[in-house]
Amino acid sequence: MAKRRFNFSKRKLIVLAVLGAVVVLVVLQVEDWHQLWKISSAPDNVPIVAMLFLVPFFTWMGIRQSLANDRLIRELEQDPKLAKTHHRKAEPWRPGWARELHVWPYLVRIEFLVAVIVTVILFVWSITLNAPLEEPANPNLTMNPSKAPWYFLGLQEMLVYFDPWIAGVVMPSLIMVGLMVFPYVDSNPLGNGYYTLRQRRFAVGMFAVGFLQWILLIVIGTFIRGPGWIWFWPGQTWDHNAVVFDKNIDLHDLIATSWIGKTLHLGFLQSNLGKWIFGALVVGGFYIVGALFFHWLMTVDFKRISLRPLRLFPRDPFEQKLLERTSILQYVTFQFFAISVLLAMPVKLILRLALTIKYVWVTPWFNI
Amino acid sequence: MEPERPDQGEHKETKQLAVGETASSSLVERVRDSGLALKERAVEEAKTYKDPQNTQLWKSIFRVSHDRSDPRNRSLAILSNVFLHLHPAKINRDAVRYPFTWGMGGITFYLFIVLTFTGVLLMFYYHPTKADAFKDILYLEHDVPFGKLLRNMHRWAAHLMVITTWLHMFRVVLTGSYKKPREFNWGVGVVLLVLTLLLSFTGYLLPDDQLGFWAVTVGTNMARATPMLGSEGPFGVQLGMTPFNDVRFGLLGGSIVDSNALLRSYIWHCIGIPLVASIFMAVHFWRIRKDGGISGPAPVMLESEMKAVKKK
Repeated sequence: MAKRRFNFSKRKLIVLAVLGAVVVLVVLQVEDWHQLWKISSAPDNVPIVAMLFLVPFFTWMGIRQSLANDRLIRELEQDPKLAKTHHRKAEPWRPGWARELHVWPYLVRIEFLVAVIVTVILFVWSITLNAPLEEPANPNLTMNPSKAPWYFLGLQEMLVYFDPWIAGVVMPSLIMVGLMVFPYVDSNPLGNGYYTLRQRRFAVGMFAVGFLQWILLIVIGTFIRGPGWIWFWPGQTWDHNAVVFDKNIDLHDLIATSWIGKTLHLGFLQSNLGKWIFGALVVGGFYIVGALFFHWLMTVDFKRISLRPLRLFPRDPFEQKLLERTSILQYVTFQFFAISVLLAMPVKLILRLALTIKYVWVTPWFNI
Repeated sequence: MEPERPDQGEHKETKQLAVGETASSSLVERVRDSGLALKERAVEEAKTYKDPQNTQLWKSIFRVSHDRSDPRNRSLAILSNVFLHLHPAKINRDAVRYPFTWGMGGITFYLFIVLTFTGVLLMFYYHPTKADAFKDILYLEHDVPFGKLLRNMHRWAAHLMVITTWLHMFRVVLTGSYKKPREFNWGVGVVLLVLTLLLSFTGYLLPDDQLGFWAVTVGTNMARATPMLGSEGPFGVQLGMTPFNDVRFGLLGGSIVDSNALLRSYIWHCIGIPLVASIFMAVHFWRIRKDGGISGPAPVMLESEMKAVKKK
């Protein structure tokens, strides 16, 4: 493989320019560097700052190997003769090389080295940075903001969008069970034991979206939420006296009191039975639209989508084949978890933050 | 045993004296000769100690010769060692490349060991009571030799363990390692992830400071909203749940975060969860081996080689 250097295409340059512009804009809007530094340098926030670098680094490392394997796969698909003789790895191999190594010493020495490095990192970290210790616990003096440890900030941030029983109990359970069923709903036999994006576009994409959402919620909880759990942009001074007027309203109220509702006489939506039925319809509709969306995402061939001639649903033959291997139970289970967690989370986030909608389904027993 | 040696020597000499009564040499010469003979023997014996691997002591501990030229010994070095026998004797040559595994699973396990070690040391200085807990942390930070280092290391290793667990899962997904036959082990791994988070969370309260107190208050307040089991959750009131009998009460040992909550989180943190986690870890590691070792890097499979689904 020839080394490519300084080979910036126009597209790459545009992407870089846009990224640069975003960074400049973000830097320009920082008013209070001290506040930003105070949050980022808080000892317990150091891990999340570290993750901001570690996650992109390891993502890059994974993608790089995936692309190498994908190139090899394409090459072998085109040349069946080569596929029969090739050792089928992106890693170099020569005839005569042993396929296996002795664990002693080739693996054990690496493990030893890693243990030493981790120990050194821990020592340096522990000598330079002290674990936080606040004043003694005092039930009469509420910490403001009182934040959970960083790895649970995603759940705490979810409390903004959902009632506590969903954010604190149902969502974590769904995430856990959803992770556990992941291997059982993924019916794709390819990509077992090697990095690839080409053969596992959808599975890897879904997991990545979930992981990114989780990290995003944590970042919001760490860097953006201030006293009273009010939204302060990074670099904005925390105002301990800030009060936000709660202008969130329920969806049925929004519709019934809008001019559409008034002209169509939708006042019955505000009655107990009316809002119950309306909410059930909205949530049911959300599941149907969500299922169609995921089905489209699962099977579409992105390269063949076009507007003129209008073609929005071109099928990818490989993804179609994978779908045929999927049992109905696998398909329904996947759809349930994907809609309830991966889609519901961002949709509710947008509804609440951008459209100031509180609940979509109000019943005497629970609100969603 | 010290006095025995001269005593024995004396005994020998008197015996030799008795036998050599008729010989011409004097007593002094005989003592000197036997002394020289003893010295020679000692030197001979000491020479064998230059190769400690040939001593009985060494052989009783390490049952295998560490002669590197013999491949059989390399395998036995792994197989006959209780700590190393988690490993297979041989592995895929590309599996030792760092970019494939990122080493995150191993690092997570190593951090668990570091946390157990520092945690046990911390337990020597800590009382899980409202009166002592906070004072013990101050004592640890200001008076105990290396106490501050110990506490810092325990805290940062815990944070690092959460990160490495997440990255480990990320890698397993990217390489498709959860696929057949490793589906079950992925589930065990998810349980271990939850246990890691719970371990970290239960430790948060132990310093009994404002940070831990309010984090745990916020966290357990969510338990109040558990459907059917929490006093403020859906259908909770209908099922007779009050703040004094619901699931939050069970977690805290009371209706507020107080001394019982401190004791409960201490026991869960130091005994309960580590025990459960150890069992799950044993299964996790055992299953890695039983499912055929780590998944790759495996030779790539092609789309054209995908077998048709069996019709039953």
